[in-house]
Amino acid sequence: MRFAVVVFPGSNCDMDLVHAIEDVLGEEVNPVWHHESDLSSYDAILLPGGFSYGDYLRCGSLARFSPVMEAVKKEAEAGKLVVGICNGFQILTEAGLLPGALMRNDHLQFRCEIEPISVEKADSAFTMHYEQGETVQIPIAHAEGNYFCDDETLQRLEASGQILFRYAGKNPNGALANIAGITNEKGNVLGMMPHPERAIVDWMGSPDGARLFTSMLAYWKENHAS
Amino acid sequence: MIEPTAEQIRDQELYKEMGLTSEEYEQVKGHLGRLPNWTEVGIYSVMWSEHCSYKNSKPLLRKFPTTGPRILLGPGEGAGVIDIGDEQAVVFKIESHNHPSAVEPFQGAATGVGGIIRDVFSMGARPVALLNSLRFGELDSSRVRYLFDNVVSGIAHYGNCIGIPTVGGEVFFDNAYDGNPLVNAMCVGIINHKDLQKGVAVGVGNPVIYVGASTGRDGIHGATFASEELNESSEEKRPAVQVGDPFMEKLLLEACLEMVEQNMLLGIQDMGAAGLTCSSAEMAAKGGQGLDLNLDLVPQRETGMTSYEIMLSESQERMLLVVEKGREAEIMAICDKWGLQSAVIGQVTDGNQYRLFQHGELVADIPVNTLVDDAPVYVREEKVPTYYVENESVDPTDALANIDANEAIEKILQSPNMASKKYVFQQYDYMVRTSTAVRPGSDAAVVVIRGTEKALAMSTDGNSRYVYLDPVNGGRIAVAESARNVVCSGAEPLGITDCLNFGSPEKPEVYWQLSKAIDGMSEMCEVLQTPVVGGNVSLYNETKGQPIYPTPVVGMVGLIEKREHITTQAFKQNGDVLILLGDTAIELGGSELQQAYTATIAGRAPILDSGKEKALQQAVLTAIRQGLVQSAHDVSEGGLALAVAESCISGNLGAKIQVETDYDPTLYLFSETQSRILLSVSKDKVEELVQTMEQFHVPAQVIGQVTEGNLEVHVNDQLVIDRSVAQLTNHWEEAIPCKMTASSTSTN
Repeated sequence: MRFAVVVFPGSNCDMDLVHAIEDVLGEEVNPVWHHESDLSSYDAILLPGGFSYGDYLRCGSLARFSPVMEAVKKEAEAGKLVVGICNGFQILTEAGLLPGALMRNDHLQFRCEIEPISVEKADSAFTMHYEQGETVQIPIAHAEGNYFCDDETLQRLEASGQILFRYAGKNPNGALANIAGITNEKGNVLGMMPHPERAIVDWMGSPDGARLFTSMLAYWKENHAS
Repeated sequence: MIEPTAEQIRDQELYKEMGLTSEEYEQVKGHLGRLPNWTEVGIYSVMWSEHCSYKNSKPLLRKFPTTGPRILLGPGEGAGVIDIGDEQAVVFKIESHNHPSAVEPFQGAATGVGGIIRDVFSMGARPVALLNSLRFGELDSSRVRYLFDNVVSGIAHYGNCIGIPTVGGEVFFDNAYDGNPLVNAMCVGIINHKDLQKGVAVGVGNPVIYVGASTGRDGIHGATFASEELNESSEEKRPAVQVGDPFMEKLLLEACLEMVEQNMLLGIQDMGAAGLTCSSAEMAAKGGQGLDLNLDLVPQRETGMTSYEIMLSESQERMLLVVEKGREAEIMAICDKWGLQSAVIGQVTDGNQYRLFQHGELVADIPVNTLVDDAPVYVREEKVPTYYVENESVDPTDALANIDANEAIEKILQSPNMASKKYVFQQYDYMVRTSTAVRPGSDAAVVVIRGTEKALAMSTDGNSRYVYLDPVNGGRIAVAESARNVVCSGAEPLGITDCLNFGSPEKPEVYWQLSKAIDGMSEMCEVLQTPVVGGNVSLYNETKGQPIYPTPVVGMVGLIEKREHITTQAFKQNGDVLILLGDTAIELGGSELQQAYTATIAGRAPILDSGKEKALQQAVLTAIRQGLVQSAHDVSEGGLALAVAESCISGNLGAKIQVETDYDPTLYLFSETQSRILLSVSKDKVEELVQTMEQFHVPAQVIGQVTEGNLEVHVNDQLVIDRSVAQLTNHWEEAIPCKMTASSTSTN
């Protein structure tokens, strides 16, 4: 399985994701500069956390215009797995690949801590190695993670099982319905505020994020059985 | 603005506005053999400011040990460099941004972080961690709450955005810092030996290249501002504070490290304090060359900037490079990739002249060595302060009789100095780079080195109350405690960077504090073999004529050989045996107990015996490496009582302590006698551990065990503390948030 990690100017979790893929899966992974216009040779595309373009104007609002985003859209439409983590989630909502928006945390501060996260749906491409309803420990680190969408969208997200993760403890940012991660309707594009790449071995504080990556690999293998 | 003429500068003594004395002005005239113009006076005044020249502290700084078998580079370059094996080295430095933070806390703190990061990557190193050390007045004041909140936000803003984890630090509140907060930032980087860079200009004809943000009118004369006392008009100095752009610095960082990796650079230096002036003059002086700069080529943010403004600007996120002639295009290509502007602005010349051209005219012509090597040096007068003499006869215990230990532990856990700093560190991204193995809140932070079994432990420390009461012992303790912290995390201390925050050196009592503190620190550095590899001096920390407590802050870095040695302060398991290492006397001068119950400090600080300290640290490191230790925690502020409570809280476990003493139980439990560490050890390892301690002649006393119940302390078979850990945790966690949500109209 081949992974691309898109590097925007100001991305800062790009190498963390590369290392996580190497360490957890041992699969091929390449950092890809944001000028790249063809991602067709990759099986999964990861948009990392950080501060693309300094998060100036609004988080993710400038990155959506990077040349690489056309390619990301194309591969998403083709059914490839796309994951946006933190700033990556913000970019995916700005680019219209996921519904809703990430607003400033309700307490107005940056928040970094390991959070209990509940897995709301364990039969997705990203969560098949988790148990339904399981609570896992995954870190968050953001100032704009307050998920919001209109009522209609929320009902649709709930009804079609697009909410993969919710905050299981105290809501750390004011997110609507405690939403921590959602997919698109097809289920191949995931955006999440928690950082699974920061929780892959015990010494990091939790190993629970690793299963997100192993799920993706297992899903890909199922769908590419030769 | 029309610039004064050279004659006007002389006749109206305008040089004094820039911080030059009449004697210094005469020296400048002597060096030039003529009257200096406005730009030249500006250049001399910043280069000779305390911030750049250390003219008041240099003779004292020479007392520090700066060499050792592992030291690859001591003070003098951007940051110190220490070998950690496998052709790798650790690069680190601490620096103050006190004055800017006092008038513009958010940007002052943010640019302090930005500056120290540039110091580290200009050495060619990849920054891997940030720490800080902060001092404020008491949180009852709304001004202090404003400063505190904005300093923390500013640090978070810069560090989080650039993607370097802020893994540790300390925050201390005391009225001594009411008008003059301290903001010290430390950066730690890792480098391959072969990539080590230097700030030199070499090779006649080689181009000088400017990279990064444009030069604006911000921060003009920041270094001079940092070298004077704060007063009522300091608010007007707000334009001397720069505005940071961490996104720009992220691009600059990646671009510079690409150039390093491709071995393109002959010299590189950050444009930090005193901006283009200091970086270019120091590079030329170190290279033993002259330099010509054409200021018309300097990227400028505003039109009509004078040579004075361009040279004195402290606009952030700029770097100066010297490369081999002919390689300019390679540099430009990397800059283009990262969207950075760059420009060749001059060249290295034969000889010793530092020449600046603007609009085709020579606007400054200075022998470069006179800016750097011939800066004045002052040995100031020392005088023992009267408070120190008076304190000789004060017995701190007189005012501390009959204190209930239950009440004391709750009270001290809620003191903002001892309370949880989660309010602060949860605003910092301490996990980016996925290397943080010990997160903020233990004795030291630990960052693993990818691709190896090794890790780095790091801590910042400095108890200024001790230094105020007794600068020699206080200086020893500052070094010893930071070393003890990294030892408790399983590391061998390697070396320190220090930030000396003091009042005006022109006051003999302050100069005495500085001199004695350096004596104490130097002795401890010698004994622990942790040389000083760099740092910063911040003098003139005074408001309304009142100096701050003398505050040397020590940033210590230690090496952990194997990840399995990483140890934290948290109790691990019910039934583990608690062992107190070191002897306990009654030493309460400058203690938390004294501050909590008398609202002041008096007497003498605890005594530190450097030999005992060394033995203790060696013994504990040996025991950790033998796999005998479950948890280790330095016994410091708040004494044994607080050490046990903190280990209970962080491990979410209880403890039952039984000790015997001839002293008053509360005094015994809260005494701050140095050279003590609290260990928890599994039952089957106790015997072996005690033997190890005997080998090092370290007193080891079994004082109880870890439980799943309350924190219970029995002294002479009498139960003196009995509190649920949940309740203590609540007090400890809520103290600072509670203060911060107080009505903003309450005081001040």
